[in-house]
Amino acid sequence: MLKQIEGSRAMAEAIGLCRPEVICAYPITPQTHIVEGLGEMVRTGEISKCEFINVESEFAALSVAIGASAAGARAYTATASQGLLYMAEAVYNASGLGLPIVMTLGNRAIGAPINIWNDHSDAMAVADSGWMQLFAETNQEAADLHIQAFRLAEELSMPVMVCVDGFILTHAVERVDIPEQADVDAYLPPYEPVQVLDPQDPISIGAMVGPEAFTEVRYLQHYKQTLALRLIPEYAAAFKKQFGRDSGGLLRSYRCEDAELIVVAMGSVNGTIKDTIDEMRADGLSVGLVTLVSFRPFPTAALREKLVRALNVVVIEKSLAVGMGGPLANNVDLALRNVAGAPQVHSVIAGLGGRPITKTSLHRVLRGAFVQPWEGSHFLDLNEKIVAKELHYVRKVRRSGPTAENLLRRLGQAEKAAV
Amino acid sequence: MFQVRIHGRGGQGVVTAAELLSVAAYLEGKHAQAFPSFGSERMGAPVVSFCRIDDKEIRLREPILEPDALIVQDPTLIKAIDVCQGLKPGGYLLVNSNRSLSDLHLDAVAKQLPAGHVLTVPASELALKHVGRPLPNAALLGAFARLTGIIQLQSVAAAIRDAFPEKIAAANIAAATAAHDAVASADAVAAA
Amino acid sequence: MNDRTTTLDATQKLHFYQKGTFTVGNRLVSDQQRAVQASIDRSNALTCGHRACQGCGEALGARYAMDAAMRATGGNVIAVNATGCLEVFTTPYPETSWQTPWLHSLFGNAAAVATGVAAAMRVKGRPEVRAIAQGGDGGTTDIGFGCLSGMFERNDDVLYICYDNEAYMNTGVQRSSATPPAARTATTPAMGPEPGNVFGTGKSVPKIAVAHGIPYVATATVADLHDLERKVMKAMGIHGARYLHIHVPCPLGWGSASQDTIRLARLAVECGLFPVFEAEHGVVTGSRKIRRQVPVAEYLQPQRRFAHLFSSDAGKNRIAHLQAIADRNIAEYHLLDAEGEA
Repeated sequence: MLKQIEGSRAMAEAIGLCRPEVICAYPITPQTHIVEGLGEMVRTGEISKCEFINVESEFAALSVAIGASAAGARAYTATASQGLLYMAEAVYNASGLGLPIVMTLGNRAIGAPINIWNDHSDAMAVADSGWMQLFAETNQEAADLHIQAFRLAEELSMPVMVCVDGFILTHAVERVDIPEQADVDAYLPPYEPVQVLDPQDPISIGAMVGPEAFTEVRYLQHYKQTLALRLIPEYAAAFKKQFGRDSGGLLRSYRCEDAELIVVAMGSVNGTIKDTIDEMRADGLSVGLVTLVSFRPFPTAALREKLVRALNVVVIEKSLAVGMGGPLANNVDLALRNVAGAPQVHSVIAGLGGRPITKTSLHRVLRGAFVQPWEGSHFLDLNEKIVAKELHYVRKVRRSGPTAENLLRRLGQAEKAAV
Repeated sequence: MFQVRIHGRGGQGVVTAAELLSVAAYLEGKHAQAFPSFGSERMGAPVVSFCRIDDKEIRLREPILEPDALIVQDPTLIKAIDVCQGLKPGGYLLVNSNRSLSDLHLDAVAKQLPAGHVLTVPASELALKHVGRPLPNAALLGAFARLTGIIQLQSVAAAIRDAFPEKIAAANIAAATAAHDAVASADAVAAA
Repeated sequence: MNDRTTTLDATQKLHFYQKGTFTVGNRLVSDQQRAVQASIDRSNALTCGHRACQGCGEALGARYAMDAAMRATGGNVIAVNATGCLEVFTTPYPETSWQTPWLHSLFGNAAAVATGVAAAMRVKGRPEVRAIAQGGDGGTTDIGFGCLSGMFERNDDVLYICYDNEAYMNTGVQRSSATPPAARTATTPAMGPEPGNVFGTGKSVPKIAVAHGIPYVATATVADLHDLERKVMKAMGIHGARYLHIHVPCPLGWGSASQDTIRLARLAVECGLFPVFEAEHGVVTGSRKIRRQVPVAEYLQPQRRFAHLFSSDAGKNRIAHLQAIADRNIAEYHLLDAEGEA
């Protein structure tokens, strides 16, 4: 049913349709509206046969989900940023044990400095933990991906993170088609565990594994994600058949057919990039876009196939691997490793800590890429003035004080001067 | 695409205003995207919300830097923030106030915009009268509908009905209608 | 097995054989009074073949506790174990000595994971399957404290059993917040002006559990295994958050003889340093009286972790300080009020 609805609410309704059995909630901006919505739906009975547990920390939230999932229940939780890090030990535990938990990650920057706005640093922090990571471009896709995620997780017995841009998606009100229960039931069968705690058939789960078998356990996790490379498009196709729309999959391309320059990005920024590309194309520039939906497993082959004929690839990402550059760009490099005649890859770091990514800035950097592609990571819209001032200051003064506060003060001064 | 930016302070229903506007547009079969400038919940702090309306899918996600219309729910912001930043040449400006444009020092702005595109509406007073609380958003939307024609009053009413319990909805619809009609009769006066 | 009195005025009842005492044990009592462990039908939930040290108090306590829980629930138990000695010595890859469903997640989350298990059983329509969380003192009083308190606060249907051997034993005997004052551990060495663990630190999780107002809290000891079983079975008859804190000597960590485990556990009770009590909904309902009080020194002497207290005057002072703590416990829990046995 078509609704004009807040993203968080749409996700809650989609999750509710998946018949979750145990939901654990600990609040953190920007995911609060999702778990609040779910809590309401459990209270009113809109979601039936579900235990909604208010826990005392994110670590507890995922731990409760671990226990519930191991005991055979369909378990769900949501978090972001600091909360994700607080449950980090449990994140690795869930994937190492092979439990099909689905978790929404309301992408938010990780502090310090504390920041409640959107970027992808939280997803990147646990990208290698063994969870699958799917990034939604729109709230429609955010809702749809949760339904696909449960099926994917339970088939492979491996947890899935659905990444949705905090505020930009979670708090935006837009048109979403909420599926019908019958369609979700047809698409997503009841949870049939690969392993389960059952007094009728007791097993031990969670033994220590030494050098003799640890590699094999990890290898099988990696192998399962290669199976996911096949299942994700399969389930997206099945989704289209059941619900009538394209949603999910490993990646999709926009105007890439003859593109000299291809942009790669994840999440909601793809919408803004598409508008920019249309305007550039109207000006005769040969540019296209690949939207990556599945970050883990990383669709190396599929991405290579899309990028290999371009001259330049610009990766625009809301993440920074301090001391290295762009983690997404690094992953994209992998797709083109050892490929003869491969395009050059250029890294743009944008939108950190919620800085808006504007069409104007995208035009500037992408048009610039046609003329003079750069080396290393380019920080979009970097305020070079206050950076230079800070660098100068710290060279002069030993006790220069906290960097964040200094920059904020300079920013305030600059704004006053501008007025 | 028609882009609306709404300025106000926390607690004045700025975010709700953008949402209601988006629902009204949706009910008329349009695509609409509403989102707030995000921050920690805090009463009294400046808040900005945005609403885009279009006939096709809206893909753009940046904040509205060049609005076609501005709604200012709290006139004290005019001195504090450059609320009119980026307003398009043919744009609209609607301010919640019982004072005149000159009293608000908006004459210069009004001159740069087409005639009849800049308006003040005593929305807080109308809200107090009909709703019992100085929450100006519904009244402003009613006035906005009339001012811009981008959505109809009945869509605003339907959106309000969807969002609130019956009695509160009815009161807010009354405020919206009153503001809408006030603008309509002022038009009639201006045209005459 | 009946006693007879003569027609004379008796000054003492004459028994021809003793029964129901520690000496004689189970053999002469009726079936109903026997321990679960004495029964051929016991579950052996924690069965033989595990790798615990000789004389391990935790293995003893866990064996009794789990089989009592299995008896009480007709075998419907799912166990969640924190990282620690119990987890490590019962699941040496590729074997397990658990014959009941068993999950090891992390060090600090056993209480939360058990909450999840309990929720799953409820939602699956199997409320007769009960969740038990187990952890050592480290995993309970320190790193697991947040999750434990959360479980208590929500009154989740979990029995949490803490096996308290008063240090992080599995990692090499480091100090925890359950380590008694003056005890030597690897991180509170018997060196310097105040050798061993510092006085004025530490926390009583049983007391904190009582303060949460949960349906049932009890302390128990491997010196009284009947009582331990009784408390487990009582706990399994209650729904909601329950906490059982079992004192389990560790020969390795305490520096005691492996055959002294039960004796030391008894001395800890009889000197007053380990009060054995029960509480319901925030109120202490009863305590196990000390039968034959002993000075704390008698308890401390066989443990090398307290050896440094016996070689100096300062050490003697600190023994006196420990005695004061024991005396406070005796007063607080009325451990000496009644005559004879509890």
